[in-house]
Amino acid sequence: MARLVIMGGGVAGHTAASFARKWLGKEHEVVVVTPNSQWNWIPSNIWVGVGGMKKKEVIFPLAPVYKKVGIDYRQAKAVSINPEGKDGSDDAFITIEYTGQDKEGQSEELTYDYLINSTGPKLNFGATEGLGIGTEMGTHTVSVCTADHAEHANHELQACIAKMRAGERQTFLIGTGHGMCTCQGAAFEYIFNIEHTLKAEGVRDMADIIFITNESFLGDFGMGGIHFSMGGYATSSKVFAESLYAERGMDWILGAHVNKVEEGKVTYESLDGEIDEQEFDFAMLIPPFAGVGIKAYAKDGSDITDTIFAPNGFMKVDANYNAGAYENWKPSDWPRTLQNQDYKNIFAAGIAFAPPHTISKPMSSPNGTPINPTPPRTGMPSAMMGKAVAGSICDMIKGAPEPTHTASMAEMGAACVASAGKGLFSGTAAAMTVYPIIPDFEKYPGTGRDLNGTTGELGLAAHWIKHILHFGFLWKAKLKPGWTLIPE
Amino acid sequence: MSKHLNHIEPYSPQFGTMVPMGFQKFLRTCVLWQIVRFVAINIRMTILILKSHH
Repeated sequence: MARLVIMGGGVAGHTAASFARKWLGKEHEVVVVTPNSQWNWIPSNIWVGVGGMKKKEVIFPLAPVYKKVGIDYRQAKAVSINPEGKDGSDDAFITIEYTGQDKEGQSEELTYDYLINSTGPKLNFGATEGLGIGTEMGTHTVSVCTADHAEHANHELQACIAKMRAGERQTFLIGTGHGMCTCQGAAFEYIFNIEHTLKAEGVRDMADIIFITNESFLGDFGMGGIHFSMGGYATSSKVFAESLYAERGMDWILGAHVNKVEEGKVTYESLDGEIDEQEFDFAMLIPPFAGVGIKAYAKDGSDITDTIFAPNGFMKVDANYNAGAYENWKPSDWPRTLQNQDYKNIFAAGIAFAPPHTISKPMSSPNGTPINPTPPRTGMPSAMMGKAVAGSICDMIKGAPEPTHTASMAEMGAACVASAGKGLFSGTAAAMTVYPIIPDFEKYPGTGRDLNGTTGELGLAAHWIKHILHFGFLWKAKLKPGWTLIPE
Repeated sequence: MSKHLNHIEPYSPQFGTMVPMGFQKFLRTCVLWQIVRFVAINIRMTILILKSHH
């Protein structure tokens, strides 16, 4: 009998747990450790944040789903890993601290044969003065990172709409709250939903809407930009994104490291070194991400966190962490099996793995402040990594000597649908596909991407797909009949 | 036709990019055309997913 322990129950962890349970015989255990009692389809938080959906429509309780399929669910957070065991025992284990199940605050050691780290990120609001403290969001801005945050964002939005109806002009500032943020796509989608909502409410002419981003150009998306095959041209995502903002009369601030947030005002440093301010009445600023801060200890109790985790708290895997300068970067720098190289029974999937470097070219201001997006690895890539890692571990439990599945971001594509509006015939969306996620300039000179697989278009059709994804992925996550037929 | 461009200020950042006009906007919400695009996008995404699994 083998025990697979999965830390984290988000897209990557839940996918890994679901497939591992399906592929492994009942003699093996699959354990999920997650501090959350609810699963959240995060992409639809955007709709919650503008009142298009209720919170209850984007979440569901995990316990009944795991009970149904025989996954051992622990509502707890992982605190540390002892990959070599401890004095008197060679059994590897993690230490968890319960956050629910009537055991709040209790600690427990959980042994494992295989371990997947898919904890997702720590929302590092505390990295920017005034944005929050630690993982807690502050009071000056809103967020759509969790369903609760999104519900609060909508509450604030409705208050602004009421003021506009009363004749008070409002400034909306949407974007990234730090120079090293990722998830520009979420901010991108939210600003279009804000604009759509204000138009639908008849108050668009009372609003100034501004996008603030750490990207050096609109449409970088943390992937160094994309070239789409559009109308016979290889069209840069810069043109594609700028067009969307220009069409809607929205302004943008580029290359911005927000370093201070106060009531109604942000201070930011630009790539040219200038310090500037922007006032707002409503601001949704994405926080930077970090690892969740799990510690690691050797058998003798010495701290080996630096061996297993990168300084940013993400887990080291089979990536090339010594790639050096941008000019030396190669697609092969990116991990394929997602296996930790010091402890071969530990894997990482989704946001939890440490990328070898950014995808976008590193940039900094003359003051030395790094201002560039960090690599996106949410959604589709996360699910694919979760499935691949589960596949490898299942095969290794059955006797394979090494990982049998790969999920390199340099060998996979991603699809992204960014909606504006919720109504089936009143909304539109941008559907984008990119292949591969990591540009390969040797294989695809000029753009780094296969133009046959890298496309972008706007319209109702993409909006319908967004709706289908919402219901399809919730169905899949609930492990309802036929869930395996819905692709990651 | 110029109504689609009325909000663009000369030499503003928005001045330097492409802006969709009437026919392009019509296509985006034309249900018949969008049904065709719906099929096309789904095929495209399916191929992408198949290429991505190893």
